[in-house]
Amino acid sequence: MGEKFKVLYYVNQFFGQIGGEDKAGMKPVYKEEIIEPAMGFNGLLKDEGEVIGTLICGDNYFNENKEEALSYILNVIKENNPDIVVTGPAFNAGRYGMACAEIAKAVVEELNIPVVTGMYIENPGLDVCKSIAIVAEVSDSAAGMRKALPTMAKLVKKIAKGEELGLPEEEGYIPQGKRLTVIVEKRGSQRAVDMLLARLNGEEFETELPMPVFDQVDPADAIKDLSKATIALVTSGGMVPLGNPDRIQSASAQKWGKYDVSKRDALTGEYCTIHGGFDPVYANEIPDRVAPLDMLKEYEKEGIIGKVFEYFYTTTGTGTSVGNSVKFGTEIGKELKEAGVDGVILTST
Amino acid sequence: MVKEIERYGIPIVHMATITTISKSVGANRIVPTIAIPHPVGNPDLPAEEELALRRKMVKTALEALSTEVTEPTEFE
Repeated sequence: MGEKFKVLYYVNQFFGQIGGEDKAGMKPVYKEEIIEPAMGFNGLLKDEGEVIGTLICGDNYFNENKEEALSYILNVIKENNPDIVVTGPAFNAGRYGMACAEIAKAVVEELNIPVVTGMYIENPGLDVCKSIAIVAEVSDSAAGMRKALPTMAKLVKKIAKGEELGLPEEEGYIPQGKRLTVIVEKRGSQRAVDMLLARLNGEEFETELPMPVFDQVDPADAIKDLSKATIALVTSGGMVPLGNPDRIQSASAQKWGKYDVSKRDALTGEYCTIHGGFDPVYANEIPDRVAPLDMLKEYEKEGIIGKVFEYFYTTTGTGTSVGNSVKFGTEIGKELKEAGVDGVILTST
Repeated sequence: MVKEIERYGIPIVHMATITTISKSVGANRIVPTIAIPHPVGNPDLPAEEELALRRKMVKTALEALSTEVTEPTEFE
């Protein structure tokens, strides 16, 4: 093996040996030395890699001055050009977790350097970075440090050397919400029957499709006066203008589209569905069967609602990852919010 | 998508056939629909009746948007 790969480490004021809560307001500093837990971590890398320095920042400072903190941190990382960045582990510490996550996200997105961190499954920082960084699953308190570091070191070694990671449960990281195709010996029906038999016999079995845990959003306030409200129409039914100008995927969508419908009375006539998850005959006959622009326009004419929002938003729901759905919803919601839309009808097939 | 849009504080109604999924992903206002390939239509009906059906369903959706809810609620 040639040169050692370079690791840059991020910790908060506490793990950086600066101090406790009284030092949580400290600005980020960079030290070209190895401080616990990077010290233990460095030892685990053996002669394959080394920690070249430690970034330390107060948890409060980071969360209250995110832009300044990130800009300093990204600069340091850029100058030192490590092969990989490690943050935390943050266990179940909220502010520390958010810092580890925000740094991980920024480093991957802006510098294209891989990041490994460690968090307890309920750390609020997890959702910020789990799809983009590798997050080792660790216990909820620093008592788990001794177990966390070897897991993280193993992940770091593999990634730094360009080796492919195995499945999350094998490698000890939190699932990123990705689906991979694998070749198995037994076909699905046999595996399903095996599982059923195991269940009936009270034996242990492992589902191949664990149900994701969904978070809840508080219901938004109702529209007070429909006759003054702007209503937007959104669908996951793959309804697009004929010819699918934006080439939205028919399954596992990677993007969404928006189309001006301000001058239309209905979708029927110029729209069709490219959704690959249902028989499109009825939808293509009358696209308003999937996204009822026709009736919204009628209600607009009658003054029941104020206005139909000028753009119609669409994507394909089938096989689309939760990660992408969240992204689409966030992006579309932002546009609707900025445009002052008062309510949304979203149809799914 | 429903949930992320609602996170901005915009009321949103999910018109979907499989309302159990709709509920489990956290939609708060739900209008059950006819069938997966034609949620707000029914090709078995004569054209006029189908339009009336769609009109009624969209009306229900609009009523859902103007009704306060505190938990996932189905409107029919």
